[in-house]
Amino acid sequence: MDFDLIINSFPKLLFASITTLKLLSVSLFIGLFIGLFFAILRIKNNIILGKIAYGYSYTFRGTPLLVQIFIIYYGFGQVELIRESFLWSILKEPYWCAVIAFALNTGAYTSEILRSAFQTIKPGFIEAGKSLGAPNKLIFYKIQIPIAIRQSLPAYGNEIILMLKGTSLASTVTLMDLTGVAKYIISTTFKPIEVFIIAGSIYLFFTFIIHNVIKFLEKKYSF
Amino acid sequence: MELLAFGKTGWGDELIVATIMTLAVSVAAMLIGFIFALIFTPLKLSRNKFFNLIANFYTTIIRGVPELLVIYLFFFGGSSAIMFVASIFGYNDYIEINAFLTGAFSIGIISGAYSTEVFRGAIQSIDKGQFEASNVLGFNKVLRFYKIILPQMLRLSIPNLSNVWQITLKDTSLISVTGLVEIMRQSYIAAGSTRDPLLFYTVAAILYLILTFLSMKIINRLEIKYNKGY
Repeated sequence: MDFDLIINSFPKLLFASITTLKLLSVSLFIGLFIGLFFAILRIKNNIILGKIAYGYSYTFRGTPLLVQIFIIYYGFGQVELIRESFLWSILKEPYWCAVIAFALNTGAYTSEILRSAFQTIKPGFIEAGKSLGAPNKLIFYKIQIPIAIRQSLPAYGNEIILMLKGTSLASTVTLMDLTGVAKYIISTTFKPIEVFIIAGSIYLFFTFIIHNVIKFLEKKYSF
Repeated sequence: MELLAFGKTGWGDELIVATIMTLAVSVAAMLIGFIFALIFTPLKLSRNKFFNLIANFYTTIIRGVPELLVIYLFFFGGSSAIMFVASIFGYNDYIEINAFLTGAFSIGIISGAYSTEVFRGAIQSIDKGQFEASNVLGFNKVLRFYKIILPQMLRLSIPNLSNVWQITLKDTSLISVTGLVEIMRQSYIAAGSTRDPLLFYTVAAILYLILTFLSMKIINRLEIKYNKGY
């Protein structure tokens, strides 16, 4: 056990975890809207829109995140049309490529979580809203969305943790996140165990916090 | 399209071989995972606090740390550990361990943690009456496990194991960082030498979709088959 290495690399890894958290929060934020959008398409009784939303979530859940990042980072740069358009200013940055891939990926999972939450809302709640004379929009925003959010909290908590682990793939497109820096230190010092212990503990610390925040929210909004 | 042709001119046959490699690694990892799960599930369910602690340590760490980090640990750590053992016996040359074994083992440890949780849940959802009935009938512990618990546990865990299989299948794409030529690595090589990454990564995505689609079909059939009596 090389304690000097542990002490020396700890601040580096801690600093790198800022990138990890930034990637996580930005992609979760965008992914939540994507997920909500596609979940709504799924619960509307429109067959074509439903099929499109299903196709989206099936494709992104059925392929590895690594492929998705590589298609966006390496693949899209090859298309002339994208390189000449305004999109190129975004897609040439590995950071934004990673964020787009993560957001689309978590969006697919989130849409499934929200869809099942919407579908398990008891019809009585919606009927109660209707009998009180609330318009459909009000029912949707004031009854369906809050209940669906509460219902999907446990599953969404898992998704956040999965996404935290998913951000490690950003290191494959040259971003120096927690895993990227950990790999760099491992490959220069050849001391994988020490680095794994520190980087692993930082990740576990984040999972621990996410887990408890979700637990707290679940308790707060239980009914 | 001619880039995907079979034979020497295209990458078609290489990609098929790579797909078989991905399947082989996934199956190997899943089986290694089962071995881990069969060790840790009893520990998790045992009344001994110390055993519980060990099992929880394993599942919490593996499920809380990114897969890529675990793979790096075994990729860089595996050969140095073996080289250390070899140096004791006076062998000091560089030893490279098989990429397939490292990959299958590291993904296996990860899928084992998920399988452990699945088996634990399945055993806990078996009706208590079953355990009592087996006691009344005078089954010993070993017989009870093989004849009563295991068959029911397997049936109850098929739906969740199918999720673990999907996760494992997708995780194997990460082994490409160690140089094992599976779908992802082959696409990377092909994309590099033809300068057509969009085509090859899209093909890789389609290959993974085919694999997940087919495995879902097979698992659904299994589920129907084993639920016949219920």
